[in-house]
Amino acid sequence: MIQFEAVSKQYGTGPYAVENFNLEVADGELCVLVGPSGGGKTTILRMVNRMEQPTAGRVLVDGHDIAKVDPVELRRRTGYVIQQAGLFPHLKVADNVASVPRLLGWDRDRVQDRVTEMLELVGLDPGLYAGRYPNELSGGQAQRVGVARALAGDPPVLLMDEPFGAVDPIARSRLQQEFLALQERLHKTVMFVTHDVDEAVTMGDRIAVVSQGGVLQQYATPAEVLGQPATPFVADFIGADRGLRRLAVTPIEVADLYTPPVVRPNATIAEARAAVAADGTHWAAVLGDDGRLLGWVEPGRLADGPDATGNSSTVAKYMRPFVARVSLDASLKTAFAEMLQNDAAWVAVLDNDHYLGVLTPDNLWAALRRSVGGEPVTV
Amino acid sequence: MSFLSQVAQFLTTGSHWTGTDGFLAQLGRQIELSAVAVVAAVVAGVGIGALLGHTGRGSFLILNGANAARAVPSFALVVLIAIQPGILGLQQGAFVAAAITMFALAVPPILTNAYVGIRDVDPSVRSAAVAMGMKPGQLLRQVELPLALPLIMAGVRTASVEVVATATLAAYIGVADLGFDIFAGLDTRNNAETFSAAFLVAILALLVDLLLATAARALTPAGTREATRAARQRGTGLMWRHAR
Repeated sequence: MIQFEAVSKQYGTGPYAVENFNLEVADGELCVLVGPSGGGKTTILRMVNRMEQPTAGRVLVDGHDIAKVDPVELRRRTGYVIQQAGLFPHLKVADNVASVPRLLGWDRDRVQDRVTEMLELVGLDPGLYAGRYPNELSGGQAQRVGVARALAGDPPVLLMDEPFGAVDPIARSRLQQEFLALQERLHKTVMFVTHDVDEAVTMGDRIAVVSQGGVLQQYATPAEVLGQPATPFVADFIGADRGLRRLAVTPIEVADLYTPPVVRPNATIAEARAAVAADGTHWAAVLGDDGRLLGWVEPGRLADGPDATGNSSTVAKYMRPFVARVSLDASLKTAFAEMLQNDAAWVAVLDNDHYLGVLTPDNLWAALRRSVGGEPVTV
Repeated sequence: MSFLSQVAQFLTTGSHWTGTDGFLAQLGRQIELSAVAVVAAVVAGVGIGALLGHTGRGSFLILNGANAARAVPSFALVVLIAIQPGILGLQQGAFVAAAITMFALAVPPILTNAYVGIRDVDPSVRSAAVAMGMKPGQLLRQVELPLALPLIMAGVRTASVEVVATATLAAYIGVADLGFDIFAGLDTRNNAETFSAAFLVAILALLVDLLLATAARALTPAGTREATRAARQRGTGLMWRHAR
């Protein structure tokens, strides 16, 4: 747990880089400090491992005032990842990762095992990468080694200063997702600095919006920050896109879904038409006997009559495939993207292969409003 | 016979090589004097340069002081030191005077390069090292010195070649190195003798250069080869700019 109590940083008698900053990061939480460049975020971050000293106030880690702790010991227990990675160019990847364990005095075998474990954790094959030098790595690979090195000593606290900033957007997105998966497993207490709102919203359990002079504007979950910005600064900083951004942080819930009438593939068109009419809508979902979603049918637009063999047409013959699908654990943004991508007016929501229902633009919008406690509106 | 064949004859005469003042002995003294001076200069130069580079202080003093020191003519210095009463009284006084002078010659390039080499370490590497809990001594030994080594070796190489070549003037105050035959040859107008000795000095200097170049490459950390080439150019560039 990390606590900032009335922390200030003043240079000489001049301006304050940070003024009266108060924050509490819970154990296992990923707190993102986001704000404009030069606003004091990095200064605040670097106070946690005493690379910067506050001129007033206290920083506590696990309840202990870190000003009273040996800084060298503190830093060996704190992971630190920076934008340029700062890998030692004269050492191989394995030796880079082994840095903190060696400083902690671990024996050789333990260090060796830990290096292998860490490289695998960050998605680098130890056989391929352990013997390489930093100048033989791509930006993304170097950053992974940086993360491995920061975690090698198993620190409870991890500090990250724009770690994915120097990497191309595709690699950055991948690194973000992989780190989130890592955090799921490790539950480190993380403070993450970025100036990118999208990154903050993607990564953070809670976001601290920090403006010039280290002023804390809002400290809340991404959904809250996006949906209910506490100050004009926050609203401005996030920008006009915050409505769209909210889509990315709002999950799909079963209660949001619309369940159209269901028919079997071997039902006739007449039966389908009846089912649809009873529900007051225009189309039905076609489910197999095992409950699997097979497609959809819009009986109103089909002819009803004997086919060449003289039987009434079946649903299966006119069924169209359900192309737009999302998994239940996806966000509203993914669902909406699927709709747009497939030019569909709805997207099927599945839990693994189990069909649950459908999202239409209307109930997607209702779901979004629900996320910030808007009054339910029936359309 | 032609001058060159005279020189060749002088060099290939066995008796010129043996004896207390033969070529072999002279070479030995030249090497001995140079080695003592360079080793002492490395200890002093790297020691001070690294310390100052690590703390970041004294850049003005260092760089300008070192450059100024190079302007001092070694010949005058060696005589000045040799005639000091304290030195005159010593049994090996001449050697000491020469060694001090060569030391003074070797220190500036090594000191400067050590200082610059350490200051030039990538700030993000230094920051990462401090942030992971390295003490200052560990930072210097494990990170800064290895990374500064290519530049330091460039300085040592330059200093060594200068010292080996300049050590000849120790003969003027009584150290019988290769300068002995140069001065003797000049006195007796035996040009073959002079040239032979000078030739040997040149060969020695080249060999030292080659040896240290190989050593430098062997000692360069593997991951820093490209940075090394740039550093060496920068380092020797500093030398050339302020050559006497």
